[in-house]
Amino acid sequence: MTLIQAVFVLFAILTLGAGLFTVLSRHLFHAVLYLILSLVGVAGLFVLLEAEFLAGVQVLIYIGAISILIIFAVMLTRGMARNPGPPLNNQSLAAAVIAGLFFVLLAPVIAGFPWPQATQGVPADAIEALGRSLVDPNQFALPFELASVMILAALIGAIFIAREKR
Amino acid sequence: MELSWWAHLWSVLPEIVLVLAAALMMAVDAWLPEGRKRELGYWAIGGLAAALTVTAVQAAQLAGGIAVPYEAFGGSVRADLAAMLFRVIFLLAGILTVAISMDFRPLRQSGEYYILLLISVLGMGLMGAAVNLVMLYLALETVGIALYLLAGYLRDTPRSAEAGLKYFLFGVFSSTIMLYGLALIYGFTGEIAYARIAQALAGLPAPAVMAALLLILVGFGFKVSAVPFHFWTPDVYEGAPTPVTAFISVASKAAGFAVLIRAMIEAFPTAQANWVAIMAALAFVTMTVGNLLAIPQRNLKRLLAYSSIAQAGYILIGIAAASPLGVAASIFYLGIYTLMNIAAFAVAVIMTNVTGSEEIRDLAGLSRRSPGLALAMLAALLSLGGIPPLVGFFAKLLVFAAAIESGLLWLAIAGVLNAMVAFYYYIMVARAMYVDRSPEEEKPVWISRPARFTLWFTVAGVLLLTVLVYPLYLLAQMAAQAF
Repeated sequence: MTLIQAVFVLFAILTLGAGLFTVLSRHLFHAVLYLILSLVGVAGLFVLLEAEFLAGVQVLIYIGAISILIIFAVMLTRGMARNPGPPLNNQSLAAAVIAGLFFVLLAPVIAGFPWPQATQGVPADAIEALGRSLVDPNQFALPFELASVMILAALIGAIFIAREKR
Repeated sequence: MELSWWAHLWSVLPEIVLVLAAALMMAVDAWLPEGRKRELGYWAIGGLAAALTVTAVQAAQLAGGIAVPYEAFGGSVRADLAAMLFRVIFLLAGILTVAISMDFRPLRQSGEYYILLLISVLGMGLMGAAVNLVMLYLALETVGIALYLLAGYLRDTPRSAEAGLKYFLFGVFSSTIMLYGLALIYGFTGEIAYARIAQALAGLPAPAVMAALLLILVGFGFKVSAVPFHFWTPDVYEGAPTPVTAFISVASKAAGFAVLIRAMIEAFPTAQANWVAIMAALAFVTMTVGNLLAIPQRNLKRLLAYSSIAQAGYILIGIAAASPLGVAASIFYLGIYTLMNIAAFAVAVIMTNVTGSEEIRDLAGLSRRSPGLALAMLAALLSLGGIPPLVGFFAKLLVFAAAIESGLLWLAIAGVLNAMVAFYYYIMVARAMYVDRSPEEEKPVWISRPARFTLWFTVAGVLLLTVLVYPLYLLAQMAAQAF
């Protein structure tokens, strides 16, 4: 095992392990903390893939902003922070079996696939190209605009749902 | 080829009109005094009608050969006749939905409702035009988010809140599985454009492609409510505000079929033998389960939910045929299904307003109480059931003919048997209206003017298209050639 592979396994364990604790922890607040840990693992994987910009964005947006928002939501929702329910219900065994089956069926397919190898490294101006591609009509300008409309819809809906009764 | 900025904009002109209309409505909503909020519905209809006009002109240009189909925004969307015809379906469904929403009592007048509706129509238009994975996923999610909110719009009604949450959880879960499939496809091929994916998939191991295809079909199956991805359908249809149910049952389903047809034919031609088998199996299970579960229903909305599952099964037959005739039959079916189903739901909306109930038995005596309303419902039901000579019969005839042409005789026979089962429960509703008596027969039924418009439009559409079957079929056939 090379050093890179060892680091990868470390980050993978961090991501998946923290993800598992996210769904298994009794307290919603603890779940958020585990989620943050899992997202740190993903940021590490981005660094490993030489996508430093995405790693930075991951830390800033997911760990910095979105987690804080979730914590706010948990603390502001009545009873949610105080009254933890059991994390498992009576369907957990069936769900685990199906998830396991899913893994058993999919893993050999993915492991046996002749994955293409990246031949050249990441170009030096990758961030600039990324920025340009988001506003270039011949690349991703339309999906980028659509994403903003989608977020607008989500925003309107969130305000509507959370608004006090009149 | 470098496109001019106008060519870029032309390809998404209806969506631009809708964004502007939604922005305008936000201002109008703030400016209208509290007592005049009902007028927001007319603003929404105006925006949708403007987009529909643009789309109709574009469709006419494409059909007449004045404009040629092309891909814009770096291969994100394609402007072709199929995309335009699907937009016509979504926009019409949007207009008719707004018209039955305006005087639906539980929905108090508010701008958010119409804005979310406009945004979901916008997303559907892009779903129908999307020719790469990024665009496909974003459009699908835009529609999803808007519809989850609309389904749970009556947040003080537990059943509506439950419907919204259920729709959201099922929707997020299935779209996550689909995203996994899309990621696998991107990993396998390194491409996001359908046409290039098709080329790159040619030499790849079949089990890997099959696995990704199955994952993607989970997301599409959810959108069209095909069995076994249908579990959300009855609960969401029952709990959501009835106009929203009408909209989800036609527009969201048609959008699901639009992406399904395009993705299967353009991105997976090499796996055609596989997906034809999957589609045939899905079609068979979907129509059979939908029809059998519809029989014991006592609630009109749940009955229409199972009926719409069964209808999705018939439409899947056309896709399973995987031929130009099959695609044309599916588009034809979706077009008239939109009219028939909205007509049926419009009656449900009007009756909920009057009786406050959604049970089939509360339709009793409707033929004496309001003969016109009963007749409209009867036309919708008979057309949904595929009774000749109504246009629903020709839709079924086309999909069955497509199945036979492609050597799926067993599927066509199963479809005919299913249509006979379905006839039973459609007639049950008709019996309640025409045979059963009710003590309230003397009370008149109040139908608001916009709802009256929806009824007239849909029923006249069904009757008119019964006469004009051939031109509509030719149009669907031209659209099918786009693939």
